Amino acid sequence: MPPDDPPPLLAEGLKRSFGHVHAVRGIDLRVERGDLLAIVGPNGAGKTTLLRMLGGLARPSAGRVIVQGRTLRADDPDARRPLGLLSHQSFLYDDLTALENLRFAARLYRLPEPAARAVAALETVGLGGDGNRPVRTLSRGMVQRVALARALLTDPEILLLDEPFTGLDAPAGDRLRRFLREHLARAGSAVVVSHQLTEVWDLATAVGIMVGGRWAEPPAPAPPLDVFQRRYAERLHG
Amino acid sequence: MGDWLRTAAAVAGKDLLVEWRSRTAMLSALVFAAVVLVIFNFARDATLLAAADLAPSVLWITFAFAAMIALNRGFALEKENAALDGILLAPVPRGALFTGKLVANLAFVGLVEAVTLPLFVLFFNVSLWHALPGLLGVMAVATLGFVVVGTLFSAMTVRTRFAELMLPMLLLPFMMPVLSTAVQATARLLAGRPLSEIWGWLRFLALYDVVFLTVSPWLFRAVVEE
Amino acid sequence: MTEDQRVARAILRRGWWLTAIGLAALAVAYVMALAFTPLEANQGAAQKIFYIHVPAAWSALMAFSIVGIVGLLYLWLKDPRLDLFAASSAEVGLAFGAVMLTTGPIWGKPIWGTWWTWDARLTLTLLLFLLFLGYMTMRAAIRDPAERARFSAVLGIMGLLLVPFIHLSVYLFRTLHPQPIVLKPSRPSLPPEMLRTLLLSLAAATILYLGFVTVRYGLARIAAADHDGEA
Repeated sequence: MPPDDPPPLLAEGLKRSFGHVHAVRGIDLRVERGDLLAIVGPNGAGKTTLLRMLGGLARPSAGRVIVQGRTLRADDPDARRPLGLLSHQSFLYDDLTALENLRFAARLYRLPEPAARAVAALETVGLGGDGNRPVRTLSRGMVQRVALARALLTDPEILLLDEPFTGLDAPAGDRLRRFLREHLARAGSAVVVSHQLTEVWDLATAVGIMVGGRWAEPPAPAPPLDVFQRRYAERLHG
Repeated sequence: MGDWLRTAAAVAGKDLLVEWRSRTAMLSALVFAAVVLVIFNFARDATLLAAADLAPSVLWITFAFAAMIALNRGFALEKENAALDGILLAPVPRGALFTGKLVANLAFVGLVEAVTLPLFVLFFNVSLWHALPGLLGVMAVATLGFVVVGTLFSAMTVRTRFAELMLPMLLLPFMMPVLSTAVQATARLLAGRPLSEIWGWLRFLALYDVVFLTVSPWLFRAVVEE
Repeated sequence: MTEDQRVARAILRRGWWLTAIGLAALAVAYVMALAFTPLEANQGAAQKIFYIHVPAAWSALMAFSIVGIVGLLYLWLKDPRLDLFAASSAEVGLAFGAVMLTTGPIWGKPIWGTWWTWDARLTLTLLLFLLFLGYMTMRAAIRDPAERARFSAVLGIMGLLLVPFIHLSVYLFRTLHPQPIVLKPSRPSLPPEMLRTLLLSLAAATILYLGFVTVRYGLARIAAADHDGEA
């Protein structure tokens, strides 16, 4: 990799507070191509707030997020282009069909040939035949797949995932893991906030523990799971 | 600039499509308008009050309340499944999201008004052909005013408790100058006065529109950016 | 006691002093109004309410403007204390607004023969009151403090922009209300003794407003400091 290539995702001194309530108290992180950073921590640690700041959905009180060398700012919408977000919410409109939802997303991202891209994305998640059904009529598993198609539609270089395995059955979880593996193999990056360590463990290249808005353990290469689980328990109760 | 327009068009198109699918808000607003007109008819003593005296007020009250039903749906649909986050994540200017919503809201409220006006003529036996161009002008300028403010406020109230009560409560003081001016102008027009007499009122409404159209997209950003 | 609590209590003390001075000034103004100011020729004794009603209106309008301006500052600086101040101003404005709405009809009944008319000036009064009420109700319906601050700022700014339009409506309608006699282009048409009393009442109302807001703000700061102390 050329030395002056900016990292896909960089966060410097991120803070988020209102008055004396501090959700995030100074977080630095760096994610390279092919990295998957797993962030774990107890409820209320500020993980979701951090992810929202990384995605440009929440403005930091201090610090900045730099995506491929561009600082995320309210007046620079294009800086958000390389980002994709997957959460337990689908971001879909129940009354529209899967294809209509995807076409709308494609138009928002100004992709060429939105209709064709929508069809292709749906095929990729194995729902090619169900594109014309309203999302309301789809099963939960299918909705997840449409949401995944929506996230992958724009070919994001950096995927942000907020508890993505919540409510997924085993096959769906496997499917998601497969996509993540392919994404990383194509030099994409990802940041995953998850409770379920076992789901992400074999994919994670680095793991950080967040407690009370800061790193209890800053991101470091992932040790074997049982070792980590012991350390995690110590961090929480120590 | 092109981005702004394209985004606004995409958002407006999506809103119109969603509403077309379920049609609930539109139908509710139309039925509501019809019911209000009927009630007004029975709630007056025709021997005491001529229809012509009451007509402008009835018309605009109907427009105002039916509009609020239409406005409520605007951001409510973005709340399900956190769809708004999906739009905010996209590389689009946030002000353009406001413009898209505004255009969609104008279409809905415009449709309600277009259906209500003939009903009004029918129920109240008012002849307004002579006044139609002027009346349409007043309707356009006044509606733009309260829909702009209503779109901004609905973005806020959807996140509060008692959202459906909160929107009328916040919006009514803002509708007051618009409604009273519109009613006065409408009364003059229905009475056959020339357009030149209501010119001052039209300018007032236009000024209201310009001020709030300028300020609202900017304030909208403050509303949606956490 | 933490630094915050100390500062908050100092603010509260200052507020009580300002309120005391304001009340004293108000007392002087009323004595002047009742004993040392001539009776108005047409309206008689009832006109004396002018010295309560107009200052209350002035304070309410000032409170409202401050809510809007401080809201703008909040959106720019993002300091939560600005939001607390705006909320305090809104509460005090609500109180003054209530005074306006009750003194208006009390003045009106002997002179116009009716408790309420929909004339332009009373309508503005009522609308300001409703705006304040809407502001406070919306605040109560939002749980997240950062969101509450942001939305309040937006509402405050919009409200401030609305006031000139309501005021402009005055000149588009016929009105029963006494035409503006002080704030108008030519010289004020009040005789000097009445003008003096009026200006004194206005000064008293201003100091009283500042006193009330400072007290309310101090109380809000104490509550915030105590809350953070426990957190």
